[in-house]
Amino acid sequence: MKVGVLQFPGTCDEVDALLAAERAVGAGNAELLWHRDRDLKGVDAIVVPGGFSYGDYLRAGAIAALSPAMESVAAFARDGGPVLGICNGFQVLCEAGLLPGTMLMNPSRRFNFRQVELEVVVADTAWTRAARPGQRLSIPAKHQTGRWYAPDALLQEVRANDQVVFTYAQDDRPNGSTANVAGVTNAGRNVVGLMPHPEHATDPLTGSADGLVLFRSPLEAAGVA
Amino acid sequence: MPHARILIRPKAGILDPQGTAVEQALPQLGFAPASNVRIGRLVELDVDDASELEAICERLLANPLIEDYEIQVDA
Repeated sequence: MKVGVLQFPGTCDEVDALLAAERAVGAGNAELLWHRDRDLKGVDAIVVPGGFSYGDYLRAGAIAALSPAMESVAAFARDGGPVLGICNGFQVLCEAGLLPGTMLMNPSRRFNFRQVELEVVVADTAWTRAARPGQRLSIPAKHQTGRWYAPDALLQEVRANDQVVFTYAQDDRPNGSTANVAGVTNAGRNVVGLMPHPEHATDPLTGSADGLVLFRSPLEAAGVA
Repeated sequence: MPHARILIRPKAGILDPQGTAVEQALPQLGFAPASNVRIGRLVELDVDDASELEAICERLLANPLIEDYEIQVDA
């Protein structure tokens, strides 16, 4: 299995995402995909990493969502291909209409950077198949615009379809998101986005390897693992 | 070429942390208290076809989930 990691001007977490993917699928099986390139190079899964794509001008992720590479990612996602958006990548996928809701500035106005406890809510998505519902993951979060928001009608739809994938564990609410949501999936359950950074939690040496479970999940979905 | 102004505002009921920060700053400067401070965006542009402005707002300038927009075109 090959994993592609998108790279926009202003992306900054693509190398960690690449290394995290390689830990799951093997060295040499992950590669960067440039934002101007429509060619996804035949990869089997795509990660849209964190950072500040196109300077986050207008709104976080708004300009990146219109890039040539994202046109191809949208088509890939519509065909059922697994796509994971992390932090800015989550914002990009929301702006591209591939995931429900959007992100607002944290009520504190602060850029929060700390380890958070996530709870896996559903394990039937392309990116949580290797996890189990209720599992706790210790993963760093670092963002200022991470307050996931959905209007009431959309929130009801998201809940009714079990599209909340991750919540912040109780008493650990870094950004005041609606319903404590940390990550969501699309109706097809192949696209997942979350604000915390699983790619920064792949080695016990740096505090936690809990993030690896996401990168292993597409392998299980493909019946490889 | 018509000149247009697009006023983009956070939707009613959405917490606006920037507005809150400004609201808190005013009394510190000695001004009488203000309330309901909301911060949005102003986009000015010259366009060939003003009939496209609504689509431009929906697709790019505003996020309809969280923002309202108002289009003003100079006569």
